[in-house]
Amino acid sequence: MASGSVVSEAPNGAARIAGVPLFELRGISKAFPGVKALDDVSFDIRSGEVHMLVGENGAGKSTLMKVLCGAYRADSGSFFYNGEPVTIDDPAAARQFGIAVIFQEFTLVPYLDIAQNIFLGREIPGRLPGFIDQRRIHSEAKRVLDLIGFDIDPHLPLHRLGVAQQQMVEIAKALSQDARILVMDEPTAALSDRETERLFAMIKRLKDSGVAIVYISHRLGEVFALGDRITVLRDGRKIASVLPAETTPDQLVTLMVGRPVDTTYTRASRPVPGKVALEVTNLSGPSGFSDINLTVRAGEIVGLCGLVGSGRSEVARAIFGADRITAGEIRLFGEPIGASPEESVRRGMALIPENRKTQGLALNRSVSDNIILAGLRKLFPSGLYVPRRAIKAARAIIDKLRIATPTPRRAVATLSGGNQQKVVIGKWLNADARFFIFDEPTRGIDVGAKAEIFRLLDHLVHDGAAVLMISSEQIEIVHICDRAYVMRGGHIAGELAHHELTEANIVRLGIHQ
Amino acid sequence: MSSTPNIAARSRFAPSRDAMQALYRLLAVALLCIALTALSDVFFTTNNILNVLRQTALLFLMASGLTLVILTAGLDLSVGANIALSACLAASVIKATGSPLLGIATGIGCGAAIGFANGILVTALRIPSFIATYGMMWMLTGITYYYMAGDTIHGFPPEFRQLGSGYLLGVPMPVYVMVLFLLIGWFFAQRTIWGQQIYAIGANPVAARLSGVPVERRLVLVYAVSGAMAGLASLIILARINSAQGDIGEELTLPAIAAVLVGGTSLFGGSGSVAGTLIGALFLTLVLNGMNLLQIHSSWQPLVTGVIILLAVWIDNRTRRSDA
Repeated sequence: MASGSVVSEAPNGAARIAGVPLFELRGISKAFPGVKALDDVSFDIRSGEVHMLVGENGAGKSTLMKVLCGAYRADSGSFFYNGEPVTIDDPAAARQFGIAVIFQEFTLVPYLDIAQNIFLGREIPGRLPGFIDQRRIHSEAKRVLDLIGFDIDPHLPLHRLGVAQQQMVEIAKALSQDARILVMDEPTAALSDRETERLFAMIKRLKDSGVAIVYISHRLGEVFALGDRITVLRDGRKIASVLPAETTPDQLVTLMVGRPVDTTYTRASRPVPGKVALEVTNLSGPSGFSDINLTVRAGEIVGLCGLVGSGRSEVARAIFGADRITAGEIRLFGEPIGASPEESVRRGMALIPENRKTQGLALNRSVSDNIILAGLRKLFPSGLYVPRRAIKAARAIIDKLRIATPTPRRAVATLSGGNQQKVVIGKWLNADARFFIFDEPTRGIDVGAKAEIFRLLDHLVHDGAAVLMISSEQIEIVHICDRAYVMRGGHIAGELAHHELTEANIVRLGIHQ
Repeated sequence: MSSTPNIAARSRFAPSRDAMQALYRLLAVALLCIALTALSDVFFTTNNILNVLRQTALLFLMASGLTLVILTAGLDLSVGANIALSACLAASVIKATGSPLLGIATGIGCGAAIGFANGILVTALRIPSFIATYGMMWMLTGITYYYMAGDTIHGFPPEFRQLGSGYLLGVPMPVYVMVLFLLIGWFFAQRTIWGQQIYAIGANPVAARLSGVPVERRLVLVYAVSGAMAGLASLIILARINSAQGDIGEELTLPAIAAVLVGGTSLFGGSGSVAGTLIGALFLTLVLNGMNLLQIHSSWQPLVTGVIILLAVWIDNRTRRSDA
């Protein structure tokens, strides 16, 4: 465990805050096929406290909160309400204990008004059966809205409200259901500074009235400004519970990343970078990124990292021509490139998308059909499709990438995740691509297949291809990439190379300070 | 996984799922023919067989272009209304100019233009195909009614009428047209890269686009082809009944969709074939023909058609699931 004044275990922390917790989870474990999402995690929540929950992507924060609100059932572990053992089997049980979650995606109905949304599913019946007492709903809604200091007419239809206001309605809805434990998952992600201030004021007010708040955040600034306690999760384990006054942001980052900060590693030697393959200048787009500048040279693997939602995939899609851009220029091998995947593919660009099932593969079609799809023009210049030639080309790729399939005619849906990913990659090898964008290439595939995909990346750059790789796993970026750009909030926050390319630096650049 | 060479050697000769589906359907057609031959003296006569084939040809021509649309997970509900307008315009042109060729060009051109417009609605305006072609159906019907103003155009030159009611070597002309377009349709779908792209779009439009397939252009093409085939069908109807009225295309769209579905093309896109649609059209025609021969009241026909559609789709779903 890390050194310094970090309070490393709960007993210490608990000693400072007297009394029985309002709600407590003890020894929670939860596994999904192939992943241990939570491993013996204990977590407690006290009245009038803001408890910060931090950790990297995939650390288990969301899973833990889903267990708390009854959306997931824990494999093992126990729950205590005011010190009494209880069970939470479903969301209804969680609601009984006053647990409410404000998710990032709201659950509101756009064409109902504010009051109707707050009382959706719990309408107060009117005098006639089947009717709703609209007047009482609106006066009750007004009361709850006043409670959180949100001055707005409850008759306004929801679709007229901004994101911040909708969030307030969501909170009011939770409170109207007697929520005493409020879970907020990155509530400031979509808010402006002013809206954030207002949200913080409301949180302080709720806290004073005795509501317990669990607050998930990636922004170190607010973690320290708002938190009474900070719990760090990493790889499904609880690493520490600390007090903000006794911790520095740097210590917190170290706790989140976990491994010794300067990881030394060996990897295959790389060729000397050649000509510029991709050059992006001042790229901005409506999907939430602006002023992006980056270059990738032949023979180079360049990382694009940052938190989920920082704009990495959006930038990749824009480069590939799949999304519109509003400003800037993209040059591929020195020539400007237009805005369509069709042109990008013709010019030798490849995108291995984030989600292979929805974006990368025609699952019901055969391995062969999928492999030849991007290279149809090259394989059949006359436009006439010759099945025998298609099968032959597919077999070559299957052999080269060692795709485990009994026949090229097998539906891709029947292959394992790793082999499906190889089919996606094989599609681009068959199309003779020279510049590859890999978006989370190792997501959901096992360790062996991961290693194979990394070896393949090495082969690609040795043959003079250029690679831009997006990954949420910092360790992958550090091990595989020659350089990396770190994104934060739609901008490039910095570029890391050589000895600066470390997990800690990636996290530091990627987090709002 | 390590025993793959053996499996590969064996399954290289195993028939594909699509081939099996076609085989089941041909078997069903054969059984139906045997049953009808046993039940009716009239069924297995040259006249009746040719009659069945002629009706199959018309249904197939309407449904063949539609098959391509459905392969992309789209739908064309304007086929019948397209036929009405194309037939009426073609009829006017033939009447005015006396030239069957100009009439044919008008019918096919009008059909293709309507299909192109559908394609633009679906791609450029991003209107779901179901709604785009449904709206188109109403507009076309309105235009046709306005244009015809309740009139009937009839009496076309005999050389034009050959197209619908003529014979060559004892076989009705529409059957030759059917065979020709079966070959063209098969070639286009199975032996060109556009066909491959259409299947890919139907299976996963996002993946197709991200693989460099010009999805929008292919969709426009597919709707235009569906429209052109409706235009062609309108000419054969026109030549057969020798008259055009505003309501000529009513009640044609749904049987065409039925032929595609019974023929094994999935409404979800990506699987099926033009050849399957021919078998579907043949099967449905045989059933209706058999019911007529057995003097079953015609009010039973829609019910039976509905049962056949549901059965065919249900069986397909089951075989697909067991295969995956």
